[in-house]
Amino acid sequence: MYGWGRHPRLAAEVHLPRDLEALRAAVQGHGGATIPRGAGRSYGDAAVAERVICGKSLTHLLAFDSDTGRLHAQGGVTLDEVIRFALPRGWFLPVTPGTKFPTLAGCLAADVHGKNHHRVGSLSAFVEHLELVLADGDLVVCSRKQHPELFWATLGGMGLTGVIYAVRLQLQPVRSAFLHNVSIRTSDLSESCRVLCDTQHEYPYSVAWIDTLRRRGRGRGQVMLGTHAEDDRLQPLHRPPRLTAPTLPLNVVLRPGLSLFNMINYRRQLRRRTTTTVHYDPYFYPLDAIDNWNRLYGPRGFLQFQFAVPFAGGEALMAAVLDRTDAAAPCALAVLKTFGDHPTGPLGFPLPGFTLALDFPRTTAIEAAVRDATDDVIAAGGRVYLAKDSVITRDQFDAMYPRLDEFRRLRQQVDPQSRFRSLQSDRLGLS
Amino acid sequence: MTSDGPTPRRAVILGARSAIAQAVALRLAQQGWDLVLAARNNATLEPVAADLGLRTEQGVQLLEFDALDLDAHAELADRIRACAGEFHLAVCVFGHMGEAEAERLDTNQMVRTLTTNFTAAAVCLAHLANDFEARGEGGIIGIGSVAGDRGRQSNYPYGAAKAGLATFLQGLRNRLAPAGIHVLTVKPGFVDTPMTRGKQGMFLVAPPERVARDIVTAWEKSRDVLYTPWFWRWLLLVIRLVPERLFKRLKL
Repeated sequence: MYGWGRHPRLAAEVHLPRDLEALRAAVQGHGGATIPRGAGRSYGDAAVAERVICGKSLTHLLAFDSDTGRLHAQGGVTLDEVIRFALPRGWFLPVTPGTKFPTLAGCLAADVHGKNHHRVGSLSAFVEHLELVLADGDLVVCSRKQHPELFWATLGGMGLTGVIYAVRLQLQPVRSAFLHNVSIRTSDLSESCRVLCDTQHEYPYSVAWIDTLRRRGRGRGQVMLGTHAEDDRLQPLHRPPRLTAPTLPLNVVLRPGLSLFNMINYRRQLRRRTTTTVHYDPYFYPLDAIDNWNRLYGPRGFLQFQFAVPFAGGEALMAAVLDRTDAAAPCALAVLKTFGDHPTGPLGFPLPGFTLALDFPRTTAIEAAVRDATDDVIAAGGRVYLAKDSVITRDQFDAMYPRLDEFRRLRQQVDPQSRFRSLQSDRLGLS
Repeated sequence: MTSDGPTPRRAVILGARSAIAQAVALRLAQQGWDLVLAARNNATLEPVAADLGLRTEQGVQLLEFDALDLDAHAELADRIRACAGEFHLAVCVFGHMGEAEAERLDTNQMVRTLTTNFTAAAVCLAHLANDFEARGEGGIIGIGSVAGDRGRQSNYPYGAAKAGLATFLQGLRNRLAPAGIHVLTVKPGFVDTPMTRGKQGMFLVAPPERVARDIVTAWEKSRDVLYTPWFWRWLLLVIRLVPERLFKRLKL
């Protein structure tokens, strides 16, 4: 058993409940540390434990109101399934991360955000209620009004409060499967940041791809700004992944290839500003086109470092982090965007400011560099995203999440015996 | 009477809890069939019914059904009609795979395997066949197994029951053919379901969706016997051809 980063690994006992009764039995069953797991798309060790309760078989849609766009679904339903069901009926996910393969429950436990966080917040903002199976096997319905502490702690709670059996979610109305995309070329990090900030109020979706491998003009790239088209083309184009990455004996994500790719990708855009209309699939989920792309990093896997940092001082901090990490390993993919000011749970990741996600082939040097960079992030008032993390220390964690005690107190109430634990929660002292 | 569209066809799935049954149900609903999902303790299937109804916009009903309550099967057809209306296809999916070791030590376990897979299925289908024959319409899909094609030490009670069911279906097909009622025998190989997960010696495991697709296609083409996935037909041909003198010494 391992996360999307393919490291660390652990032999685990896997439970695949197919209905609520089986889920409750699995939660109450004897054994060691137990953690709920969705599609296994968190990068680090958040969904790795001795006993794993996998939601892959809880994939039923329970109710949908096509007038209001409210969807009631079991937690194991993937984003892909939601889109394929809802889009022909004129509805779309209100927030989506950069892959369509995670489950709803997994997304909520990791409080995932999308390219529209600056406008609407994370997916959690659209949850009306959660049906949660607690450590003692009880099913509890929680919402902003009913058991609000449990509700908020579960959104971003990394599965440590219970198993999300079902959720009721408000979808957003759309009139097309396509998006209009404006791409603006930038010449360095500071321009990338400036363009992102300046366009925040104009476009619902914004994100920047940046090239971090160049010493001069580090952080140049493209800022991509999107809006849903309104051309009434609602059919999801369902194409199964065309390519599957093979299991490789070594890492093939190396600096020369990445530099070449980055240069081509940058130069591809000839004008400073271009406008295109793109289907939602390549727009939101470009990497999903290659199945198991994480295998390209070889047997040692990869590591993603994603942090959020306030606008004030954010740019300088990011420049320092890029210098530090680039000395240790080449960054394969760097994605920059902004977060807005929205309510989160005690373990919520987003804070108003910038967020930068960096993918690296895993080495001892980059693990150390990421730990050092985490100290810089803490000093700048930022924090690291738990869904991607596999390296930070307990002290660093304590310094980044100010509402930790709130979470620990609630956990003491709902899971006094620490039934729910993961490698990550053990490492961070959350268990 | 509504004038638009064909009259709804309705299929009843006996033993709707299994992964194969649910995959077949989805496939049938996608092809425009209304469904009756029959299973024991059927309230737990409400999420399944809701899901099928939402995705396909077909009518889906739940029916309480205990395969081992043999006496109750005489009223099964009437109960289905009372619950959902007239039905035109019966898919008999329920089954039970025991542990070979346990069956050897405790014949009650073997009786359960034999009764569920053969007697209960045969009694059920006999009653439904009478109903179809009297109406002059209908169809039957029965799920056998490649395990029924040759007895092996690892699961011969299961294999024997499934072989019996296959022979029963063969006879039923012969009897009902003049009435225009079609009977399809399905022999799946290893399918990735909770029934088989974690068992030793599994290979060439197929996803239930693949098996369901094959079953519905075979039904639409009025095939008599379906091996799914297709290669099992040839694999089993080879296995059946091994002389008994040699076969009895193999560890299979």
